Amino acid sequence: MRPFLYEKAADAAEAVHFFAQRAQAKYLGGGTNLVDLMRENIERPEIVIDVTGLSREIRDVDDGGLVIDAGTKNTTVASHRTVRERYPVLAQAILAGASAQIRNMATVGGNLMQRTRCYYFYDDAARCNKRERGKGCDAIEGFNRIHAILGASSHCVATHPSDMCVALAALDAIVYLEGPQGARHLRLVDLHRLPGDTPDIETELRAGELITAVEIPALPFAIRSTYRKVRDRSSYAFALVSVAAALDVDDKGNVRDVRLALGGVAHKPWRATAAEQALRGAPASEENFRRAAEAELKDAVGLAGNAFKIELAKRVIVNTLQKLAMESGAGS
Amino acid sequence: MSIIMDVMKTAVRLAPGSWLPGGTPDPLMNKHGLIGKPASRIDGPLKVQGKARFAAEVSLPGLVYASLLYSTIARGRIATLETAEAEAAPGVALVMTYRNAPRMAPPPLMMSAPKAAGASGLPIMQDAEIRWNGQPVALVLAQTQEQADHAVSLIRVTYAVAPAVTSFDAAKAKARTPENILGEPSSIEIGDAEKALKDAAFKVDLIYRTPRHNHNAIELHAATVAWNGDQLTVHDATQMVNGTAWTLAQVFGVKEEQVRVLSPYVGGGFGGKGLGDHQILAIAASRLSGRPVRILLSREGVYRVVGGRTTTEQRVALGAKPDGTLAALIHTGVAATPTRNVCPEQFSFPARHLYAANAIKVAQQVTDMDMLANIFMRAPGESVGTYALECAIDELAEAMQLDPIELRRRIEPEKDPTSGTPFSSRHLVEAYRHGAERFGWDRRDPTPRSRREGEWLIGMGCATATYPYYRMPGGAARIRLTADGRAIVQMASHEMGMGTATVQAQHAAERLGLEYEKVSFEYGDTSLPSGTLAGGSSQTASIAAAIIAVSEVLTKELLKLAGNDSPLAGLKPDEVEARDGGLCHVDEPGRFESYVSILKRAHRDELVCEAEAPQPFEMWKYSMHSYGAQFCEVRVNAVTGEIRVSRFLGSFDCGRILNAKTATSQFKGGIIMGLGLALSEETLFDERSGRIMNPSLAEYHVPVHMDVPAIEVIWTDIPDPHSPLGAHGIGEIGITGVGAAVANAVYNATGKRIRELPITLDKLL
Ligand SMILES: Cc1cc2nc3c(=O)[nH]c(=O)nc-3n(C[C@H](O)[C@H](O)[C@H](O)COP(=O)(O)OP(=O)(O)OC[C@H]3O[C@@H](n4cnc5c(N)ncnc54)[C@H](O)[C@@H]3O)c2cc1C
Repeated sequence: MRPFLYEKAADAAEAVHFFAQRAQAKYLGGGTNLVDLMRENIERPEIVIDVTGLSREIRDVDDGGLVIDAGTKNTTVASHRTVRERYPVLAQAILAGASAQIRNMATVGGNLMQRTRCYYFYDDAARCNKRERGKGCDAIEGFNRIHAILGASSHCVATHPSDMCVALAALDAIVYLEGPQGARHLRLVDLHRLPGDTPDIETELRAGELITAVEIPALPFAIRSTYRKVRDRSSYAFALVSVAAALDVDDKGNVRDVRLALGGVAHKPWRATAAEQALRGAPASEENFRRAAEAELKDAVGLAGNAFKIELAKRVIVNTLQKLAMESGAGS
Repeated sequence: MSIIMDVMKTAVRLAPGSWLPGGTPDPLMNKHGLIGKPASRIDGPLKVQGKARFAAEVSLPGLVYASLLYSTIARGRIATLETAEAEAAPGVALVMTYRNAPRMAPPPLMMSAPKAAGASGLPIMQDAEIRWNGQPVALVLAQTQEQADHAVSLIRVTYAVAPAVTSFDAAKAKARTPENILGEPSSIEIGDAEKALKDAAFKVDLIYRTPRHNHNAIELHAATVAWNGDQLTVHDATQMVNGTAWTLAQVFGVKEEQVRVLSPYVGGGFGGKGLGDHQILAIAASRLSGRPVRILLSREGVYRVVGGRTTTEQRVALGAKPDGTLAALIHTGVAATPTRNVCPEQFSFPARHLYAANAIKVAQQVTDMDMLANIFMRAPGESVGTYALECAIDELAEAMQLDPIELRRRIEPEKDPTSGTPFSSRHLVEAYRHGAERFGWDRRDPTPRSRREGEWLIGMGCATATYPYYRMPGGAARIRLTADGRAIVQMASHEMGMGTATVQAQHAAERLGLEYEKVSFEYGDTSLPSGTLAGGSSQTASIAAAIIAVSEVLTKELLKLAGNDSPLAGLKPDEVEARDGGLCHVDEPGRFESYVSILKRAHRDELVCEAEAPQPFEMWKYSMHSYGAQFCEVRVNAVTGEIRVSRFLGSFDCGRILNAKTATSQFKGGIIMGLGLALSEETLFDERSGRIMNPSLAEYHVPVHMDVPAIEVIWTDIPDPHSPLGAHGIGEIGITGVGAAVANAVYNATGKRIRELPITLDKLL
């Protein structure tokens, strides 16, 4: 680890101000990812700006949505009553991640911005285009069991590891930012980027921009939503494949609306728009679920170690939707 | 007649080595007192209070902290090495590289001398040569750990890369047969097994593969070291204090007596806490800097410099006759090893002793790879060897439409199948019977995929566990009997959390006829009488034998001291026994005198005796092994392939159990580690670079609590008449057979045979 400066910001403006003081600056949430990477000499900030002192509220908004401040701990979000009642998929996704100790430390902002778990990204003896653009990627022909099958490039096959983000993608969350040029907001699905030939640029955040909050719009049928995570052990492992889903089925057994997102498959939380489109208005049947899953994974590309994820993702989509359909009294 | 009776009686009471071949069993073997009691660990309260001081917690005045830089190539030479920036960094006391490291002899390779403890025998930071990816190339000492870690990151190294053998397939093509496998022949052939296989009515001929595993003890490898002139003190986390001291003496050119190694607490050993590069480098740096040094490996560091289990590829071929006995048993294969290494991963050992067959062939080969020397890891060889062998047995049973337990009953041998020696104690069939009953084996449907609950396919499997009985030669124990009637038993042995100190205190108290509270056991310090290593599940028997020997000497000395004014006057050692804090005549318990009284009358503060354990002759005369029957129930998700072990039972036959509580923990711990071996553990060794890519607990998957079901452990508790106390070591057997029990259960659940570990969900999709 390099020596670095530490500042604790009182509010967003101060945080943004501190950030501008040094060329290499980093916001610090719970530190469960950033500090690890600093120890590995992968992240080398000259200054870290602690933003855990900022407001950490969870507020109802008038139309039935919810705003969660970025400094809110993952545990707080998962155990929040409204979250559990209105957005069970979010509570489940958070609880499926990491360990209780890590969730107690981790913040919403940090969770959104956490970096990939690619082995070659973590080891500075390996080549990684994400760490050093143009160096090459050792994962493509190396260990890539945990890597991307959707939207990857010949430069990078890493995944975004967050569970929470997969639920937020399904829920169409909005991310609020504050930066040197003022405040703005983005759809969460537009926050993270696909790797292309610049895998080192992971998000649409501009220099110095701070995530201040996440808004989850009202989505009444999300009371019937769920998160299914498949991993290599029962707990404390990242997703090989995960599915966040909410399903709204009408009395005739047709899909009125559906939300579907995948984790563990891409450089970003993967909103399954093709599958959603295929399902809207169609009967909530196993056959249609399968068809939707096929549509979503049509362009999936497997590597030596991760090709199994293509079939796995399809199965988990079908299985998760079937369960939701069953719960709503419809479907197969 | 009466003379014969007398001789018999005294023979029974004879203490030292009386249980050796030709002698009679240890009288304590069947005595139900303290031995066997589920006493809680003596070190338990200290540990939960944080009062047990581990190697990395010893503080010394002027202490500096070490950090290591590891090579990033597998083979070649250091081309350039820039250390100036590190030397100038805050707090730095020393930067050591091959250029300034003191000249040191390579550590003598384990088994090249009685106390040799070297794992690889390679020179340590003596030249610019790189021999494995992860080899330490520089060490920094600084005032704080953080300063040392930072300074290490400022060192710039470039390499002249040389071609490296890092592919197992490439190395396998040039595999060679080592001179021996841990002292046993590399291959054994009885009859023509290949021909017998060809002609057999039923046969299986299969290849099994197992991956590398790394050590992940909670306590990271650490040492705090200091020189005082030519006197060296090492506070270490080790399973071999005496071996470490002797070997360090060779490396640094001092006398063994000048090296003191202390290791009172070890936070998990599992075979991985031996003498590695890290202690040697810390000691060298201490010598160079004149400062006491603490080295504490990072988790990554443990992966880079402490080996583990290595890759194996094994062939098991079994040919059976129509009556269900074996015509042929073949177990051969290759283990990935570096050139200079002592751990050939003895996967063929179980097949040498487990089952009767007309013709047997076992053979093991090793490779010459540029890799970190693999070292012992809980049941090295046996853990992965039983996976292959016991899966193959299951496959054969299926081919024969026989219950796999029935098949094992039919191939139960009368004597050791390869050595021909009698078994000292073998009750494997009973272990299966008890286990099957308790587990409900009769509820298993042999047809795969016949039990299902919703998405979950349910299956059961079983497998044999086995591990050799070892007792190491050369250990000695001392008893200090004090005037207040207490005994301190001393032997330079090891407590890595198994319960050694507790169990030996129970043993000594029973042996000396003292209350448990009046006996303490001191260990983990080379200033005590020399012990043996805590390895090969040998320590319990080795210490017990030494305590038996010294207590015999003590009895003699006490009788001498008691003299003519004692009620014991005139009695010979074999006419007395220890009881109620003193000695008495065996037939006239009234003729008694307490230790307190004997010492008081003799005006003695204490009586100190020391004796060495007799040579382990029992191992030459008998085929001595522990056994077990492992039972597993799994649930496999039909959609995702996820595997959950829902029930596990181990039924063991390991001689007499000395402490029901610590034994249960040992067995369970072994089984849990076996679940990791079966389902999730795998070191990702990138064959392009020879580099380990998952050196962390996040990406190297040991079982978490939710992966571990309720585990039941039962045992036969039948003493081995030919071992001290009738006991066998039990530290390693728990892991054996688990891989196969899980794999066989997975097959029963899904109809899929997985012949490569770990059994991950993608293999079941
Ligand atoms: C062993 C282990 C297992 C894990 N398993 C899982 C798992 O299964 N599933 C899962 O989803 N996660 C898992 N995690 C990851 C965990 O969820 C993240 O580490 C955590 O959410 C990060 O939050 P933090 O507040 O600690 O972030 P930090 O480490 O503080 O920061 C992470 C990044 O976010 C940036 N950042 C922080 N706050 C802001 C902000 N307000 N605005 C802009 N940028 C910001 C930081 O600069 C940094 O780049 C695991 C982590 C570990 C260590």
